[in-house]
Amino acid sequence: MRTLCWYFQVHQPFRLRHYSLFDIGNSQDYFDEHKNREVMKKVAQKCYLPMNALLLKLIQRHGDAFNVSFSISGTALDQFEQYAPEVLESFKQLVATGNVELLSETYYHSLSFLYDKKEFDEQVIKHRTRIKELFDYEPTVFRNTELIYSNEVAQHAAAMGYKAILAEGADHALNGKSPNYVYTPQGADIKLLLKNYQFSDDIAFRFSNKGWKEHPLTVEKFAGWLDAVMGDSVNLFMDYETFGEHQWEDTGIFKFMEALPSTLLPLGTRFITPNELATTPPRETLDIPFTMSWADVERDLSAWLGNKMQLDAIERLYALKAGVFKTGNPALIETWRKLTTSDHFYYMCVKWFSDGDVHKYFNPYDSPYDGFIIFMNVLNDLALRVENAQEKTWLTIGGD
Amino acid sequence: MRVLMLGWEFPPYKSGGLGTACYDLTKGLSNQDVQVTFVMPKTPEGANAEFVKLVGANQLTGDITINFFSTLLQPYMTPEQYDAEYTYHTSKQPSDKELYGANMYAEIERYKAAICNIIKTEPFDIIHAHDWMTYEAGVLAKELSGKPLVIHLHATEGDRTAGHPNTWIAEKEAYGFTQADRIIANSNWTKSNIMKEYSVNAEKINVVHWGIRQDNPAYRLRFRSALNKKDKIVLSLGRITIQKGIDYLVRAAAHVVKHVPNVKFVIVGKGDKLGEIIGLVSDLGLSDKFIFPGWLKGAEVHQAFQMADVFVMPSVSEPFGLVALESLKNNTPIIISKQSGASEVVQNALKVDFWDVHALADKLVGVLKYPQLHEILQKRSYLEAFSFDLDTPAKKCIEIYESVLAKREAKL
Repeated sequence: MRTLCWYFQVHQPFRLRHYSLFDIGNSQDYFDEHKNREVMKKVAQKCYLPMNALLLKLIQRHGDAFNVSFSISGTALDQFEQYAPEVLESFKQLVATGNVELLSETYYHSLSFLYDKKEFDEQVIKHRTRIKELFDYEPTVFRNTELIYSNEVAQHAAAMGYKAILAEGADHALNGKSPNYVYTPQGADIKLLLKNYQFSDDIAFRFSNKGWKEHPLTVEKFAGWLDAVMGDSVNLFMDYETFGEHQWEDTGIFKFMEALPSTLLPLGTRFITPNELATTPPRETLDIPFTMSWADVERDLSAWLGNKMQLDAIERLYALKAGVFKTGNPALIETWRKLTTSDHFYYMCVKWFSDGDVHKYFNPYDSPYDGFIIFMNVLNDLALRVENAQEKTWLTIGGD
Repeated sequence: MRVLMLGWEFPPYKSGGLGTACYDLTKGLSNQDVQVTFVMPKTPEGANAEFVKLVGANQLTGDITINFFSTLLQPYMTPEQYDAEYTYHTSKQPSDKELYGANMYAEIERYKAAICNIIKTEPFDIIHAHDWMTYEAGVLAKELSGKPLVIHLHATEGDRTAGHPNTWIAEKEAYGFTQADRIIANSNWTKSNIMKEYSVNAEKINVVHWGIRQDNPAYRLRFRSALNKKDKIVLSLGRITIQKGIDYLVRAAAHVVKHVPNVKFVIVGKGDKLGEIIGLVSDLGLSDKFIFPGWLKGAEVHQAFQMADVFVMPSVSEPFGLVALESLKNNTPIIISKQSGASEVVQNALKVDFWDVHALADKLVGVLKYPQLHEILQKRSYLEAFSFDLDTPAKKCIEIYESVLAKREAKL
C-alpha cells in the first residue's frame, strides 16, 4: 500500500453550565463560558497550536507530496474566534498552503439528519458559508457528525452535489470486504470512503497503551504494516485532539507524526486527501441500509440515542423547534441550534462498563443523570421563553 | 488463621450500621475459611433499647465462636447516654448495680478485664477491634498475647459529633491509632478524617469499602403502599442527629413541593435532632408533606425502601452509609451527599454537597419528574449493587491480616 488519506476531526461543543431548577425563568445564561474557554485554551496549547505548526512544517518540508484534510465544526470555529483567535489564524495558514482540504459537515455537529432534514440542510449550508468566509474554500466532500452513515445519508449528500462521503469501515457493514477501496453507496452517485479503524485506532487509541503488544509504535513498524496491505488507500480518520490531548506529547505522538512522511515518502507513499481519492474508480456498490457511526465498539447510535433519557431529551428539543423559529428571534434560534450539538446527548450515555471510560473522560458533569437534568432544565426555560414570545406577539397584535 | 474479633451486637439492631458491618464481615471471613472468635458486647434483657432480640448469631455457619459479654455499652453512645441507661436499667434491676460500671469509664474497664479472661483460653493469630470502645481492650490483648492489632474505624468521634468531639473519646481513638499495627477505614472519607483529626500517616491506614448481603428474600417483595397511588415518596432513614443532615433535606423539600405537588417525605428514625426537625418542617409550612414514623424494624424497613421513589442520604459526614446500598438492593435509586463513603464507590447515583440545598432540590425534582431518568437510574444502580458483595471486603481484610503478620514476622 502506497497511499494514505488522512482526515482529522476538529470539534468543540458549547458545554452547558450547571443550569438548575432555580435558573428556570430567571436566567438565560445556559452555556459555561468559563469552562468552554478553559477547555479551548488548554486544547489549543496542547494540540491545535503545536500540531498545526508541525503540519505546516511538514508541508513546507515535503511540498506537494504531503496533504491532509480537516473537518472543523462551526461550534469549534466560533470558539476559536471567541477564545483562541490564534488557532483560527494557524488553520488559515494551513489552508492557504493548498495542501489542506476542508470537509463539509453540519455547523452544530448535530444529529439533525436523523430528526429534521430541513434543519440538516440549513446547518450544512451555514457551515459551507462560514468555511467560504473564513478560508475562501468550498468543500467537495461530506462527512456527517460522528461518521453517522447509511444509504440514505449518502443519497442525501449526493443530491446536495458532493463528490464523496466518509464513513466508518465497520465490520458489520463490510462483511469481510476491505475498507481500503473506494466504493459506491447503494442508490447514490457519490464515492464512499471508509475509515480503516485498525490503523486509525493504532494511532488514536493504542499509541500510548503500554499493555498493547505492539507498544511502542514506531514509524518503521507502521511502514511495515502498510506494505502488507492491498487497496486504493488506507484511510486514517480520527479526532484531531488525538495529538497532544488524548495522546500527550510525552508519548512521542508528535515525533511519530513528524517522522512519518520522511520515512514513507522515499518508499513511494502518497499522502492524499479525500477529494483526490474520490477520483479513483469504485470497486463495487456497498449497501448499508442501517445507520452506523464511528463510536464505541458497537459502531452505532447508542452513544447518543441509546437510552430513554437521551431519546426523551432530543425529542423534546426538536419538538420545540417550530416555536423557537416562529419567534423570529435570531438569538433564540442560535441557542436552540447550539443545543442540537451531539455532545449534549453523549453526556447522557450510561454505557459505563465497557466503553464507559471514554464517556466519563469527556463528560463535564458528575454523571449522565446530571447531564440529563441540566439539559432538561435548559429546555424548560427555552420553552418558557418561546411561550412568552408568543404572548408578546399576541399582545402586540391585540394592541393594534 | 484465627481472628479475635472485638465487635458489636448483630442485627437486626438498627440504631446504626456497626452491628450489621460486624455480622457481614464475620460472615464474609468465614466464607473464606477464616476462623473467628467474636467477643460480643450484648445488651441485657430489659434494657431501654429500641431494638429487637438477637437473631444474627444463629444464622452464622463456619468456625465461629461467640463470647457474649453482658454490658450496657452501645456503639455511638456518649458518656451521658450511658449514665441515663445505667440509671434506667438499675432502677428496674437494682441487683445489676454491682454488675455494670457506674459510668461509662468504669464499664469500659470492666470490658477490658473480660477480654483478659477470654484471651487466656481462646487461641488467635491477630486481633481485630471495631470502633473506639474496644480499642483499649484490643491494645491490652495485644500486649498480653504479643499478637498484632488491627483496628477498624467506622466513624471518628469528630464525624459522629459533626466536629464537636468529646475529648475523652477522642483520646481513646488516638490511643488506638498509635498502638495499632494497622488501621482499617471504611472509606477514603474516613481515612482522610483520621489523617486530619489525628495526624496518622496515610501508609498506616487501609481502606476497605463495605459490601452488603446479596441474598435477602425481602429485597424482592416489591412492596407498594396506599401512598404510592397518588404520591411520590422521598425516603430518608437513620439516626436523626446533626451528622445526618436531615435539615438540608427539609429545606430542599420546601422547593421541591413547588414543582412536584404530590410528594411525601418519609423520615424514618429517631435522634436528638428529631424535635428540631419537626419544628423546622412546621415553620416551613410543610407539615402535611412529612411523615415521621420513628424506627422501623425487620420487614418494615424493606417496605419503606420499596415504597419510596427515591432515597436521600444528605449526611454532613457519613463514614460509609451502608443504608444507601440497602436502598439499592431494594430497587430504590439514591441521592447521596458527596461527603459520604458510599459516594466513592456507587457510580449510578445522584450526588450533592450536603450543604447545597438547591442542588438537592434540583436533583429531587429531576428524579421525581422524569420517569426516564428514574427508570434508568433505578435499573442501573440495582445492577451495580451486585458488585458490592460481602466477600470482597472480607478478602481485603484477609490481605491486610496477612501483610500485618508478614511484617511482624520480618521484624522477629
